[in-house]
Amino acid sequence: MSEPVAEELLDVTVTVNDVPRHARVPARRLLSDFLRHDLGLTGTHVGCEHGVCGACTVLVDGAPMRACLMFAVSAQAHAVTTIEGLGTIEAMGPVQQAFTECHGLQCGFCTPGFVTTITAFLEDNPEPTQDEAREAISGNLCRCTGYQNIVKSVLRAAEIKAERS
Amino acid sequence: MKPAPFVHHAPRTVEEAVGVLERVGHDGKVLAGGQSLIPILNMRLASPAHLVDINGVAGLDRVEVTDDAVRVGALVRHAGLESHEAAYAASPLLRRTVRHVAHPAIRNRGTTVGSIAHADAAGEMPAILALTDGLVEAVGPSGTREIPWHDFFLGALETSLAPDELAVAVRFPRLPAATGTAFAERARRHGDYAMAGVAAAVAVSDGVLTSARLSFVSVTDVPGVVDVTAAVHGQAPEEVDWAACDDLVRAHLTPESDIHATAEYRAMLATRLAHLTLARAASDSISSSAGGSAA
Repeated sequence: MSEPVAEELLDVTVTVNDVPRHARVPARRLLSDFLRHDLGLTGTHVGCEHGVCGACTVLVDGAPMRACLMFAVSAQAHAVTTIEGLGTIEAMGPVQQAFTECHGLQCGFCTPGFVTTITAFLEDNPEPTQDEAREAISGNLCRCTGYQNIVKSVLRAAEIKAERS
Repeated sequence: MKPAPFVHHAPRTVEEAVGVLERVGHDGKVLAGGQSLIPILNMRLASPAHLVDINGVAGLDRVEVTDDAVRVGALVRHAGLESHEAAYAASPLLRRTVRHVAHPAIRNRGTTVGSIAHADAAGEMPAILALTDGLVEAVGPSGTREIPWHDFFLGALETSLAPDELAVAVRFPRLPAATGTAFAERARRHGDYAMAGVAAAVAVSDGVLTSARLSFVSVTDVPGVVDVTAAVHGQAPEEVDWAACDDLVRAHLTPESDIHATAEYRAMLATRLAHLTLARAASDSISSSAGGSAA
């Protein structure tokens, strides 16, 4: 085993939801904790911390990635979009709107990861089939097992997105 | 679960990265995509004192397709290989397989070279490096060396890379003309580690099989290849009894039991998937030599 390492602090600047944000953090700070603890954006949820559950999924330069499997320092100079950047209660994004209409949200813990994942998926595939929708959410766990309604939400979100464009 | 403290190094060139690795020795780990490494750090199964983050190193993010091979740089994400049209045209097996690697959110970050350097026999891409007779390009203090796959994979999660060497690329050679390929795996949840997976490369010439080889995911300790040509050589694809390969396949397998599947079930699954992929690869061979292309 190696000797313990003294904690070194690094200046990290990341554009989050279109706003440049800065914090001085240890190199080992996970992006998920950077968003939650250092920036106060607690919409990104932390579940398993080894990439299985998908609750912490955020968009990095538009592509979904696990915030628990990235260091904040690795997001330096990249653009991160969190659930807070995808809509508000007054102006919900298409996926959020679909989740409310289809009861895609039960306890809500997994929801931010589903919404970010589905938002990116619909960019690539605006008219998914039910099977494609099911496969698209296979990297996210819902322990309420609300998958039927989440699949419906994916399909409904595609409709809302088309209606709004 | 959080990683233990480490010193973060951000080299801008391969030489700088190798210089750091040479200095820190066994206390250093290379960070590319981190999709295998960071879970290990989070769970404190490893706590290296130095991370050499190569994400800022120029020139490692390219897929190059030559007459002989598809060369994948150390910063090419799985998703980048998956969407690369020229790589698909040169070696369709790459896309067919890489889309089974975890979930899109993992493929957007994780790298193909990192997955191979991690040398997990439950990973898909090490099996493909073996089946295509590929090699790893490594740079160390004394220069570049090319390591054939069979000299690279030494054991479970163990490779012949020295602590001061950086894997800068892998090369997947093109398979001979008229070779068809297929990949299949079964997991409890789509995108999870497979209970078993099989890749097949089959050549059909003048209507009969001339070559048939397999490699496996999640049922061996170390990535490897089984040549089953002897069991099926000279037979027409529609008449061949794929079960004739079973003894050769079973002799190669070293499956383990876990909460997802027993060793017996994994072995059964691997043999059935071998039949499936051999048949698919044979028909892929016929359709590709007829000028068509199978998806």
